[in-house]
Amino acid sequence: MTRRRAFTIAAQGLGGLAGAAIILPAVGFAVAPIFHRGKERWEAVGPTGDFVEDTYRQVVFTETEGIGDAGKTTAYVRRSSKELEEEPGLFVAVSNRCAHLGCPVRFVEAAGNFICPCHGGVYDFQGKRIGGPPVRPLDQFQTRVRNGQVEVGPRYSVTNQMDPVRARDPGEFTGGIWEYLYPPRPSTFPPP
Amino acid sequence: MPKLPSLKIPDAVVPPPLRKPAKPGAGGVPNVDAPSDLKTSPPDRKTDGDRLLDQAKEAPVDVLAWVDTRMGGSGFLTGMLYRKVPKGTNWFYTLGSATLFAFIVQAVTGVFLAMFYTPSATQAYASISHINNEVPLGAFVHGMHKWGSSVMVILIFLHMGRTFFFGAYKYPRELNWVIGVVLLILTMTMAFTGYLLPFDQRSFWASIVGININGTGPVVGPYLSDFLRAGPELGATTLSRFYAIHMLLVPGAIIALIGAHMYLVVKLGTTAPPWVKAEKPKVAAPVAQLDAGVEGNGASPNGGPS
Repeated sequence: MTRRRAFTIAAQGLGGLAGAAIILPAVGFAVAPIFHRGKERWEAVGPTGDFVEDTYRQVVFTETEGIGDAGKTTAYVRRSSKELEEEPGLFVAVSNRCAHLGCPVRFVEAAGNFICPCHGGVYDFQGKRIGGPPVRPLDQFQTRVRNGQVEVGPRYSVTNQMDPVRARDPGEFTGGIWEYLYPPRPSTFPPP
Repeated sequence: MPKLPSLKIPDAVVPPPLRKPAKPGAGGVPNVDAPSDLKTSPPDRKTDGDRLLDQAKEAPVDVLAWVDTRMGGSGFLTGMLYRKVPKGTNWFYTLGSATLFAFIVQAVTGVFLAMFYTPSATQAYASISHINNEVPLGAFVHGMHKWGSSVMVILIFLHMGRTFFFGAYKYPRELNWVIGVVLLILTMTMAFTGYLLPFDQRSFWASIVGININGTGPVVGPYLSDFLRAGPELGATTLSRFYAIHMLLVPGAIIALIGAHMYLVVKLGTTAPPWVKAEKPKVAAPVAQLDAGVEGNGASPNGGPS
């Protein structure tokens, strides 16, 4: 190695180091939110007596703080049902976020189904997909009872067998091999 | 390769040091006979006013010459503006310039919209409605930006179609096709990120659907949508992020790539339309030359500058 070549390599190395010292923190700054999990948030949505087994009650609560109405989301809440062989004494909170692409579904009482206005996704009373393009059942929120009030907490997704998994975005399959093709994101909470 | 005819550059543009110096004794006014009798008819002396007028007439040329002496851009400019275009060039060839013009409209209206717009989740909608309802000509400028974005997307696709169907992407212009495709993707990015900024119901839900479509890509999709949203849910930082991408990151990249795109257009020249036949060599090339793979008289195979 000649002296000239040694100095060339050293100068380029130092330049690269200086460049990396600027670029890497900036990129890290931009991608950091992927790895950041916010604080767990619970919100009371009404006294336990408000909710029954055979139909839903619509509740609106804040999922993202600091952005006003845009941060609110809707859930349909009921008591767990003996007929559906669910564990008694609990509350079920079904998200209105369609599992196709995230449009807001509504519960149609007469049909007993959830129906999405965008692309015609249909879900049964439990939130399982029975028609249209959605790829999995509707998401749910964790629930608990504090001081006689039903509280809803972090979102989670379910598989087609209604097993809870970490929250996935709409359009992503759950269960089986899909748990690897759509890996859980660090920004979501563990399922109950 | 045919030699380009030399261009006559007007004397007025040529900076003073390059001008032929006047012959000694010729004075500033050549080709004028000296007055026959100096005693009876003295030459008119220029008044101060005349001299000022002459200076004023020369001023623009002097300024240009001053800049050109230091920057030397006139050669490049004449080469670019007087470059040859092939026979058969027609209106389809204006689609690229039209796209560029649409981009300039977006850039100018965007700068002025930014003077009134607030990229905050709680104030964005109010600031847009202020622009549309209270700022003089606000609805017009916002409308130009909104409809202009669709115009630009349509034009860029027409330009791409022209390039494809005329075969203008072939050697040696493949790199320019690749740059153009990147510009297309960046334009779509602009359209997507700009859609959220008014922060009304339509833009909110359209962005949610768009981000979720993006998230359906296997393995990296979920992380990409977290990156776009800056978190698991669409929030306050999502809007700031889209705003920064929309008006800082992508426009810079688009301007740089348009520069590279146009440099290659000027350097390589444009192609003739496919229905224009290449001119045959006027004199048949000797057999020995043909065997050696040498072109006859240098006629360009596509009829244009090569």
